[in-house]
Formats: sequence, C-alpha cells, structure tokens
Amino acid sequence: MLTYTIRRLVLAIPTLLFISLVIFLLLELAPGDPMAEVPLTVPPEVKEKMRLALGLGEPTHIRFFKWMWQFFVIEPMVFADWLFGTDLAGGQQRVLSWQFRSPVMDVVVQRMPQTLWVVAMSYVVGVLIALPIGIYSAYRQYSLFDQAGTFITMVGYSVPPFFSGVLVIVIFSVQLGWLPSIYDTTLVVVDWATFKQQLMQMVMPVMVLALQTTAQISRFMRASMLDNLNQDYVRTARAKGLSEMTVVMVHVLRNSMIPVITVIALGVPQIFGGAIITEQIFKVNGLGQLLITAIQANDLPMVHTVTFMLAVLIVLFNIVADVLYGVLDPRIRYD
Amino acid sequence: MTDAPDPITALTDPEPTAPPHSQWRDVWDQFKTHRGALVGTFIFFVIIAAVFVGPWLWGIDATFIDVRARNQGPSWAHPFGTDQLGRDTLARMMAGGQTSIAVGLTAMLLALGLGSLVGVLAGFFRRLDGPLMRLTDLFLSLPLLPLLLVMVLLFRETLNGAFGPEKGIFILIVVAIGVTSWMPTARIVRGDVLALKEREFILAARSIGTTNYNLITRHILPNVMSPIMVSATLGIANAIITESALSFLGLGFPPDFPTWGRLLNDATVYLQDYPERVFWPGLAISLTVLSINYLGDGLRDALDPRIRGR
Repeated sequence: MLTYTIRRLVLAIPTLLFISLVIFLLLELAPGDPMAEVPLTVPPEVKEKMRLALGLGEPTHIRFFKWMWQFFVIEPMVFADWLFGTDLAGGQQRVLSWQFRSPVMDVVVQRMPQTLWVVAMSYVVGVLIALPIGIYSAYRQYSLFDQAGTFITMVGYSVPPFFSGVLVIVIFSVQLGWLPSIYDTTLVVVDWATFKQQLMQMVMPVMVLALQTTAQISRFMRASMLDNLNQDYVRTARAKGLSEMTVVMVHVLRNSMIPVITVIALGVPQIFGGAIITEQIFKVNGLGQLLITAIQANDLPMVHTVTFMLAVLIVLFNIVADVLYGVLDPRIRYD
Repeated sequence: MTDAPDPITALTDPEPTAPPHSQWRDVWDQFKTHRGALVGTFIFFVIIAAVFVGPWLWGIDATFIDVRARNQGPSWAHPFGTDQLGRDTLARMMAGGQTSIAVGLTAMLLALGLGSLVGVLAGFFRRLDGPLMRLTDLFLSLPLLPLLLVMVLLFRETLNGAFGPEKGIFILIVVAIGVTSWMPTARIVRGDVLALKEREFILAARSIGTTNYNLITRHILPNVMSPIMVSATLGIANAIITESALSFLGLGFPPDFPTWGRLLNDATVYLQDYPERVFWPGLAISLTVLSINYLGDGLRDALDPRIRGR
C-alpha cells in the first residue's frame, strides 16, 4: 500500500507540472493588458518600465520557470519562516499579484478562513444529512420515505446553487427578514451575541452548498446499501440472532461505507469549485470571489496560482480516494 | 379401446403467438413503466415547444422596450411582468430558453462526439489506449469552472470580431463547455468497447475481412449506443447548468441577448424591490434540468438489458 501511495504521489508531479503549464499558456494568450488602467498621461517609456517591474519583459518560458521557482521553492521557504521563525527566504522575490501589489499567497491566506468555514462546514453538514437519508431509504426501499427522498435528491441535484441561493435570500432575507443576505467577514466571534450572528449568516450559504452534497451522497449511500442488504452475510447475521439494529448499522453499514467514503473524498475539490458561485451570491469574500475578481481584473499571477492550487486539490483528493479504497477494502490490492 | 395418444407435446415447437419485437420496442416498453421518466420527457418536450413555437404565438418582441410599462407586475398584457426597461418577461424567457437549450444541445453533441471518438479509439486500438487515457485523466484533474471563465474572458473579443457578438459568444461557450465535459463519456465508451472487442461477433466480422473503419461504425458503435445516449441526456443538463452559471457570473452572453442564466443574473440586481423576478428563469432552468435528469434515469433503466424484461 505504501509503495502504491508513493508511486501515485510521484506520478502526480509531472501531471501537476503539465497542468500548470497548460494554465500558464492559456493565460499567456490573454489579450488584456495589466497597464490598461494606468492613466493615459503616463508616458509610454514609464509604462514600459512598469511592465518590466511586473516581470513582463522576459520571454514566456523564463517567466514560467520563474513562477515555478517562486511557487515551489520560495513560497514554502516563506511558510517555513513563518512557522519556525527562521529566515530561509531572505526577502527573495515572491509571486506577486498585479492587482494588490502584494504576494499572492498572503492574499490567499487572508481569504482562506472564510472559504474554509463556509465550504468545509457545508460539506460536513451535507454528508451528515445525506448518510441517514441514504441508509433509511435503502432499508425501506420503495416506501413513502424512499420515494420522497428520491424526489428531493433529484430536485437538489437539478436546482443550481445560483437559483437555490437566490431563492433562500428572497424567502429568508427579503420576505421574512430572519437572516442577513450578505456574509460579514469582519465579524469576530467574542461573545454569545456575535456567535449567534456568525451562525445566522452562515446558515444560508452552508445549507445551499449542503443541498447539492446531500443530493449526490445520499444517492450513493442508498445504492451502496441496497447492494449489500441482499448479500448472504446479512442473512447469516440475521440467522444467528443479531438484532436488526446491529445487522444494519454495523454489518451492512460498514461494508456500504467503502465506496461512499471514496465518493466523499472525490467531492471535496468539486465543492471548492462550486463555492465560486455560492460566494458570489452571498458576497463572501473568500477564494472563489478572489478568483472571479482576479479574472476580471486581468491579474494573471493570481489566476494562475489559485487555479493551480485547485488542480493540486483535485489531484491530491483523487489519490486520497484511491488509497482509502485500498485501505478500507481488503479485497482490493493494488500491488 | 383408448384414444390414440397425443403426439408428445414437448417435442413440437410452440408457434410464436406474437410477432417478434424489435429491440427499440422492448426499450420503449421498459421506458413506459418508469413514470418519472415519462413525465420528465413530456415536460422537456413541452418546454422545448413553448420556447421555440411560443414566440410565434406571443406577439411581443423580446428586445422591444416600452419604458412607460417598466417594472410591472403580472397582468394580462404581460403575464410574467416586465423588467426595468419595460421589456416583456415572457418574451424574454422564451428567447432566453431558445439560447439556453440550443447551447445545451450543441455543447452536448460536441462533448458526445469528442468523448465517443476518444473512447472508441482508446478502446479499439491498444497503442492509443495509454496516451488517450492519460489525456482524459489530465482533463479530469483540471479545475474546470475557473478555466471556463478564463477561456470565455480570453477569446470573447477575438471571436466577437470574427463572427459578430451573438454568434461569437455562442460558438465560444459551446466549444468551451464541449471540450471540458467529454471525459466521462470517453471513459464509459472505452470500457464498453474493450469488453465488446473480445466478443465472437467481432472476431467473425474480422475473419471475413471487415476493415477497422467498418468494424467500428457497423459493429462497435451500434452496441455502445446505450451508454452514449444516457450520457447525452446528462450532458444536456450539465451544459445548461454550466452556461447558466457562466451567464450568472456575468461572463456569458451579453445583456441584450438573454439566456435563462443571464435573466436570473439581471433579476438578482433588483432582488430587494422585485424579488419575484428571479423566480421564472430559475424555475425554468431547474425544471428543464430536472425533467432531463428523470429522462436520463428512465433511459438508463430501459437500455440496460439486465433490468429490461423483469
């Protein structure tokens, strides 16, 4: 198993480098000029110097290698400095955002908590709702609960977040006025009142994202439970007099969780992509919103870095899913 | 004396009582039993008919501006109300639906073509299998939504110049969605082709000298039709949602060229004053996608020979 994990991790490196190159070349085609918003009164030779200062003067391949060096060598060094108080980076050039004129990673680190709070929380909530629904609708297949559950998951699957999000804003913020429609990221939780406020503003984005997760995962859970419920070992377990609770919740559930856990792992990067839209609706200034504004402002280093980090997440969680599958299911052997 | 014994009945062949069914007849019989799929198909065709035939019956043009009638609620003259410029929402919904569904169908066809091509080639020719599947894996690890946004932003101006603003953005969005959503089809098709390739009828066809091209078009492709059709339905739903998401983020079609996502985006600006405006485009997107998903669900059951006939 360990050799398999190491092999996959090593194989991931060329993939990621290639993805990074693809993103870089795509951005290289960008017609936008980062100097477009500089006033026309600035003379052309000054503009040229400003372009050089942004690192635009050099040929494409040199800039790509410079980005790689900055991202893979200097940024980890800065991180180590911050972690252990050392001075490895020594003020070397980092990946700079054109829009903020500050290192990209600093901005990303600023935006990370909001996204993680909303996205990670919604994923956990979604999974926690999905599992019981999936288990019960498989156990009572074709019952009223199962039919309703199937319909609701189908609806949750079909209603895009940019509609469900706007709809809950209309209902709970505009009509009823119960919840705030804009996520206030400056809020610091210090006491009970601010905690309640934080909870109130998180409910809608979390539930909108969770609806999608729930729809997908409960479908998988139900199918996986159905596969297992008719197997011989279940009959054996019942025949030897185990309680129904033990049979379903211990024997069947543990076996059914194997594929579901891999699906849960595979869904993690997707939810970050989906957060782009949800953050736009609820005005959460997280990573997704950062990416959108960077795309609109032609901030190429920012777009490149954030997109590449999303690609790293996808590749990483693909490996996690495969490895988990092998660890959990003794019938699967990769080596 | 006893009667002469009947000829042993077991030895006589029973005459078939009904004429033989074609495969598609069986598929339809199974499809009929899935009530959700029937309702979904019906609703989907109703939406298509409403969107494409409706503008002929409804006289108001989607771009006609009547400033004196702006921001109206539902009335007999404007059943869905009017927007901030006095344009009729019903007419705009129909025009938007035409674009959304056209984008969905074309992008699906493109993705399906690409996916089937890659899948068949990878499954059929062993030498191509490795590289093509690595390519598929690579595409699957790309963060698609950000790349779509970047692609739309990068090529919008160029294509607008080449084909005009409407056709340019249409081509761009269809191609962008198409080239980023062919991977699941390719994987499914490859798996099926790999299994089919070992069957006897392929060996028989090969032994009488069928060329590779004819093997693929006459023997392989008809047999992988069912997974392709199922991913086609899911592809339409996916493309419609992606296009709406792009338009919703303001990176899709221009404002005077409505799509359902664009209408939803326009409506969110007036969320405080006219919250009911977000309802119709959102409902249209959701209902279309829901009906297509049910259609795909039924199609999957109907095309699966293990379920059919049970």
